[in-house]
Formats: sequence, structure tokens, C-alpha cells
Amino acid sequence: MAGLSLTQIRKTYGKVEVIKGVDLEIEHGEFVVFVGPSGCGKSTLLRMIAGLEDITGGELKIGDKVVNGVQPRDRGVAMVFQSYALYPHMSVYDNVGFGLRLKKTPKDERDAKIREAARILQMEHLLDRKPAQLSGGQRQRVAIGRAIVRQPEVFLFDEPLSNLDASLRMDMRMEISKLHRDLGATMIYVTHDQVEAMTLADKIVVLNGGVVQQVGSPLELYHRPANLFVAGFIGSPKMNFIDVTVEGGDNVSLRLASPVMATQTVPVSGSGVKAGDRLTLGVRPYDFRLMEDGAFSGTVTLVEQLGNETIVNLALSNGQHLIVALDGDTECSIGQTLKVGFLPEKAAVFDTAGVHLQR
Amino acid sequence: MRPTRTKSLQSHSLAGWLMSGPALALVTLFLIVPFLLAFWFSFTNQRLISPNPTQFVGTSNFEQLLGVGALVLEPERTEDGSLIVSETGELSYPRVREFTRNNPDYPQLEGMREWFGWSWGESKVLVLARDLVFMKALTNTLFFVAVVAPLQSGIALLLALMINQKLRGINVFRTVYFMPVVVSIVVVSLLWRFIYDGRSGLLNNLLQFLSFGQFQPIDWLGNPDTAMFAIIVMSIWQAVGFHMVIWLAGLQNIPLTLYEAADIEGATAWQKFRFVTWPGLRNTAVLILVVITMQAFALFAQIDVMTNGGPLDSTQTLVFQAVTRGYEQQNIAGGSAISVLLFLIVLAISLFQRYVTRER
Ligand SMILES: Nc1ncnc2c1ncn2[C@@H]1O[C@H](COP(=O)(O)OP(=O)(O)OP(=O)(O)O)[C@@H](O)[C@H]1O
Ligand SMILES: [Mg+2]
Repeated sequence: MAGLSLTQIRKTYGKVEVIKGVDLEIEHGEFVVFVGPSGCGKSTLLRMIAGLEDITGGELKIGDKVVNGVQPRDRGVAMVFQSYALYPHMSVYDNVGFGLRLKKTPKDERDAKIREAARILQMEHLLDRKPAQLSGGQRQRVAIGRAIVRQPEVFLFDEPLSNLDASLRMDMRMEISKLHRDLGATMIYVTHDQVEAMTLADKIVVLNGGVVQQVGSPLELYHRPANLFVAGFIGSPKMNFIDVTVEGGDNVSLRLASPVMATQTVPVSGSGVKAGDRLTLGVRPYDFRLMEDGAFSGTVTLVEQLGNETIVNLALSNGQHLIVALDGDTECSIGQTLKVGFLPEKAAVFDTAGVHLQR
Repeated sequence: MRPTRTKSLQSHSLAGWLMSGPALALVTLFLIVPFLLAFWFSFTNQRLISPNPTQFVGTSNFEQLLGVGALVLEPERTEDGSLIVSETGELSYPRVREFTRNNPDYPQLEGMREWFGWSWGESKVLVLARDLVFMKALTNTLFFVAVVAPLQSGIALLLALMINQKLRGINVFRTVYFMPVVVSIVVVSLLWRFIYDGRSGLLNNLLQFLSFGQFQPIDWLGNPDTAMFAIIVMSIWQAVGFHMVIWLAGLQNIPLTLYEAADIEGATAWQKFRFVTWPGLRNTAVLILVVITMQAFALFAQIDVMTNGGPLDSTQTLVFQAVTRGYEQQNIAGGSAISVLLFLIVLAISLFQRYVTRER
């Protein structure tokens, strides 16, 4: 049993603080995904868990043991690197069995484990090859195989699929997901691809600038983003943000106005907000509908017909653009004026600090 | 739109030849021509300056250099067949000279001299050589290579491993170890002559100081037993920085993630070296081995400055002999023959090294 517990974890390089006090609980067997923009500290956090980076401050527990000063090999973790990190001069067989060989596992036991891992990852026919003779996807399989033979309590993945093409990425994603179900081990997975995050995770950790923005299940993050950052980061195409002014409201709803929008009443708690406050209204592209009396009216500047949906870029009167996702068979052309509206109960409202207002 | 054709310099082969011309001419004049000439001279009796015309002499230069023979000497006996024993209890043998000077029964030994020998039962086996100095030079050079190649590459690797760490001020060490390489070998040799000096040399002083005066000063370069070792130590010291830098380049080519993966898999420092570093240095190792071997075979400047091949020929080397014969003794043919032999030896060894370290 190995959950993880991070308490006020910090990392500084010289004077630069890269991880600024991360608190996180990870249950045994959970699949946790770290997402965030490039440079936000995902890899650094993962590498601190692996033991490849010193922990500047805070406490890291794996299971119920504090491992701050413990060597990587004694942490019971396995890691899959973005660059695969396969030993170029060893065959696939030796690469997969490397850890077991170091641990002086008896030969026949080692052989059985290697072949079992190869069977799980469907790469039995590759065992005699050198890494240079493999495709990217096959190398990734070998790297994963090397991780699973050691039967670690915790798996760490640092953007393992980012070097693969789209379709292969999808296959590998499913395999990793299946692997997680079969092995039941704890997995921590770093990516900046939110599709990977949404599809794989039990729990997503959104990081920005070394600070945890929100922790939650994929749908929680999608439907109830804690703040502007998460709302903008999760969901594709991105949520639209409109600057609005409070006209009035009460404990259950707010009346919001904007030069580019017909005044709307949105069902969020207005406590702590007074008339005249400037807030941000967030509407996901998929929550817009074509409506004769829609709140927004704009000129179509771009149409992407994807078949199942049509993504329309609308320029509003103040120059701001709205991304709107409409039905796949919507007919519209560039230059045309469209009126779109949204369901008020689907909209999100953020206060001046960017915090999501409660319903 | 049609792409316009530009007449680039690259499309003129003449321009290319003109530009590489000066370099090609110099390389031809000072490398290729002398190389070919050496082959030709080694089959002639060419002298540096001579009134007589040069003659083709076939392989006699090589026969002269490489001529070796064996001689088994039976102990001398009296008429009745009993051994002659001297007062000190030693057997007496016929003199070698009797076989090598005008002895019609042993024409193949004519002009040879005793090289080394050993006892075999009552008899004595002697190996004779036609050109003792050359044989000395050959064995000294081989010995030098056999000691320097592994030691120098090993020490250089050790230094490279130490210097590859991320420590504050590590660049100071990199510079220090590399410094002897940029100093001219002649200057270094002069300095080390002072270090090795028999009376007040730095080394003797240091050893005396460390042994509280117990140590008897040694004339390191003047003693046949120590001269070659002195040259070896100094030569290793001088070039080790160069090879360290090559190793370092190899080390830095190994991706860091391989070490991190090994860390997580539980490798010890030694296992990381054994399974990650060393295999990753394969090509570098081949390069270094070949380069060191070639450099070691070319041992000359140190000898020329420090010992002149002495004492008692204990530091003769092939290149030194080639130069001495060619210029001091004006025997260009002899010097050329040595050069050609050296070339063949180095070529053979390099090919062998390539074969042993080939990609499997
Ligand atoms: N050795 C280092 N010295 C100084 N700063 C560093 C070092 N390593 C990383 N950083 C900084 O730490 C921050 C976080 O880096 P990290 O690699 O964790 O980002 P990331 O979230 O994994 O980004 P990406 O998605 O691009 O991989 C970056 O701003 C980076 O510049
Ligand atoms: Mg990263």
C-alpha cells in the first residue's frame, strides 16, 4: 500500500522558487495527473517525488515513510521518461530486466518476469532488438516494461507520450489506462495535453507557477473550475471570458451588463458583491446556442467545419472574439452576423481576484 | 515563378581546387612526398650527402635491421669428453666471436652480436642480432607503448570522471590538468630535466624531505634502470590532459536521463559506470587507444632533449634512431627503413585494435 502525501513541498534553484509550497494527498491506487503550462514545475515536482531532485522544503511521504532524504532506488518508485532513457547498447530484454539484474534476482525468475511484462505490453517479438531498431511507440513500450517488471508501488510518468503521433498516443493512452486497472498501482502522470489528463486521471492536479490551482476529478475541474486559470486551462476550445459590470443582484442571482452583451441574470450568489463591481463572465464554447434573442451579436471571422461540430469565431463590437461551438450542420459563412445566447445556469462568474463565485 | 539559376561558387570545381590548392600543395610537399620517398630510400643506399650515385640495394637495409639469429653453445670439454670446469665452478663456453667473425660454417651469423641469452641445461642459448641498437630501440618503444597506453588512458579517464562532476571551481582543475598539453614538449622536457636532476633535482629533494634525509639521491636520467621509467612518467603527465578532454567530451555525450533511470533502478556508482558510462564511452575508448598508441610510438622529443637515447641505449626509441641515423650518421636509407618499419608496426596495431573493438 503506497499512497503519497506532500506537505508544503518547496523547491528553489538559487534564488528562484520554482515550487511554492505544494500540499497534496494521493491515495493508494489512484491515477493522478499533473497538468499545467510549460515551465510551471510539473516535472520538477515529479522528479522530487522520484528522488532525482533534492527537496528544498516540506515533507514527502510515500506510504507512511518520510522519504525526503531517501535514495531514489529505495523509494519503491519506477519512472518512465519522455526521452525513454533506454540503454542503447542493451537489447530490449536486458533493458527490461536491468533493475532485476541489479537486484540479483535469480535468472529464471528474472526471465519469467521479463517475458510476462513483454506479454502484457505485446512486445515479445521485440526482445532481441536494440533500442535503435525500434519505433518511438515500441521504445515507449520498452520503457514502460522496464518500469512494470520491478512491480513498484508508485509509477511516475513524465510526458511519456509527447514524442508519439496522435493515433499512437491514443493507443498508448488506452494501454496505460488498462495497465493501471490491471496493476492497481499508484500512478502519477505529467502532461500538458489536457485530453490525456481528462481521459486518464482519477484526479487532476492543475499547477501554475509552482502553485497548485485546483485538485479534483476531471469533470469537477470542467464544471466547477476554482478560478480563472483552471477555467481557461481545462476544456478545449478554451472558455470565453467577458468583462462584465454588476448591475444588481441578491443571494441567488446577479444581473450582469457589458457593452457587448445584452444584460443577463446569472444564478450565482451575489453575497460580497455590490453593484458596479467588475467581474468576469465565463462561457464555454459548447454552451452557446444560435438564438434570435441571443445575448451576443457578432461577425463571423472564421469557420471550422469539423463534421460533428462547427467552430465559429465571432468578432464582437469591441473587437473581442468569442469562440462558439455549434452543431455540425450549421450553415454560416464569413462576414455573416450571428446572434448567440447561452444558458445562464451553465455560465461561470469570477470575482476580481479570479475566484469562481459559488452558486 | 521559375527559380532563377545562380552560378554559385560551388558549381565550379575549379574554384574548389584553387581554394584547397595551397593546403594540398603543402600537404603533398611535406607529407605525401616524404612518405613515398621514405619507401623508396629504404630500398637504396641513399646518404644525406654523398659523391657516389644512389644504388638500389633491395631489402638489405631491412635485413640489416631485423637480422636475428640463435646460437646454442655447448660447454667445452677435454679430449676424453669431461667438462672443463673453472676454479670458481663455472663451465666454460666457446666465444661468440668465433661464430660471428669469418666462420665459414655459420655464414648466417656473420657480423651479429649477442643480444640476450639464457642457460638450458649445460648448454647456453644465445639470441644474436645484427643491429643491437635498433633492437634496443624497438623493444624500448614497445615497452613504452605497452606501459603508457593503458596507464595514460586509464588515468585520463579517472581525471575526466572526477572533473565531470558539478562542483564549484571545477574549471580550475580542468585548466590545470590541460595546461601541460599547451606547453611545448621541448619546454616540458627541459623542465623535467631539472626535476630529475641527479644532485639537486626537485624529485630528489622532495624524496629526501619526505624520508627525513634517508633517501639517497638518484640520477634518474643517468641510470639505465630508471631512465626509461622517468621518461614514461613525464610523458604520461604531459599528455594526460589531452586525453582527459577527449574522455570528457565522450562523457558529456551520455544523456543524463540514462543515469537518472539507473538511479531509480537501483544502480550503485560502480554499476552506473559499468552499465551506462563505459558502454557509452566505447567509441571514445577506441579513438583514445589508437591515438595514444600512435603518439607513444612517435616518442622522440623527450628523448632528444632529456637523454639522447642513453645511458647505455636504455632510452633508445625507433623515431630517435631514425632521426639519428638519417641526419647525424647521414644514413638516410637506414633512417627511412626504420620509418617504414614503424609505419607498418603502427598500422598493424591500429588495424588489430580496430578489429578487437569492432561493433558486434
Ligand atoms: N536546474 C534548474 N535551474 C534553474 N531553474 C530550473 C532548473 N530546472 C528547472 N528550472 C525551472 O523550473 C521551472 C519548472 O521547470 P519544469 O521542468 O518542472 O517545468 P515543466 O512544468 O515540466 O515544463 P514542461 O511542460 O515544459 O516540461 C522552469 O521555470 C524552469 O526554468
Ligand atoms: Mg517537464
